[in-house]
Amino acid sequence: MTSEVRFDLAGMRAGAVASLPIALSVFAYGCVFGLLARQAGMRMTDATLMSSLVYAGSAQFVALGLWISPLPIGALVLTTLVINLRHLLMGAAMRPWFGALPPLVAYGSMFFLVDEGWALSMREFARGERNAGFFVGAGLPIFLAWVSATIVGFTAGSAIRDPAEFGLDFAFTAVFIALLVGLWRGRRDIVPWVTAALVAVAAEHYVPGKWYILIGALSGTLVGALITPRTPKGPGDAE
Amino acid sequence: MPSESETLLAIFGMAAVTYFTRAGGLWLARRIAPSERLSAVLGYIPGAVIISIVAPNVLGRSPSEAIAAGVTVLASILSGSLPLAMVAGVATVWLGRHLGAF
Repeated sequence: MTSEVRFDLAGMRAGAVASLPIALSVFAYGCVFGLLARQAGMRMTDATLMSSLVYAGSAQFVALGLWISPLPIGALVLTTLVINLRHLLMGAAMRPWFGALPPLVAYGSMFFLVDEGWALSMREFARGERNAGFFVGAGLPIFLAWVSATIVGFTAGSAIRDPAEFGLDFAFTAVFIALLVGLWRGRRDIVPWVTAALVAVAAEHYVPGKWYILIGALSGTLVGALITPRTPKGPGDAE
Repeated sequence: MPSESETLLAIFGMAAVTYFTRAGGLWLARRIAPSERLSAVLGYIPGAVIISIVAPNVLGRSPSEAIAAGVTVLASILSGSLPLAMVAGVATVWLGRHLGAF
């Protein structure tokens, strides 16, 4: 299968066209980030730089919650790492398409690994697409939408003096609730999620700062590990 | 407002660990295949992280937030659209606060 894999402009074009509707919704989401970045006291240049270099929605929203002076840099970096650990799995799943490409192309492409573009590409790859360029092509409009929306949202934010008056302080929570709905995989998520929620609420009460996010997340994942059946792994079932 | 130097340090640090997670999965997979059990465990991370962010902002606040959270879940399931679900949640909180009803 790997011998058929290509990476060219035609694949990139197909990916870009397919991801346009997704880029539009990412644009709306990015406007919210720009708006909230302003509320959190970031400069526009820094918010734009963050969107361009970090380019990870959930981690950036969480960072805004930690954006106090002086900046808790260690907590920011550690939380970002934990939130983005899911990328490891997503990247590993792309081995059939990027495993045999030259390292520069393969690892350069991985910059565009975001939930939406990845999900779209995996669907196309499952349907038989063999052009790995699709993934990068899908990533470009999403990246441009995210960065430009940060600027637009930040600029528009000046028109809104008291966000709480319009319920806009809830926008952040609402975005995560919507993401959570998309992450729901069925009954096996109930116990880990309830554990994480309860531990996070307790930790928010008793532990200073934003550590409740990490404490809750690790508790939920640990419970997930405990309820995952142990599968005996023979030498032959690696693939 | 945090200083420019600590801001840049934070952004570069966040960017570095994020790219590490993006490239690391493929890097590892080009060498070893992750076990099914490890994959299953890692799969719990995103939901656990996000519900830990959300829960303290919903539980134990005013009833407006709790009701708006419910509305957001419903809107998200029905529309499948993140921006629409967000607008529904924000509008519910706004209504709750202005009517003072809940």
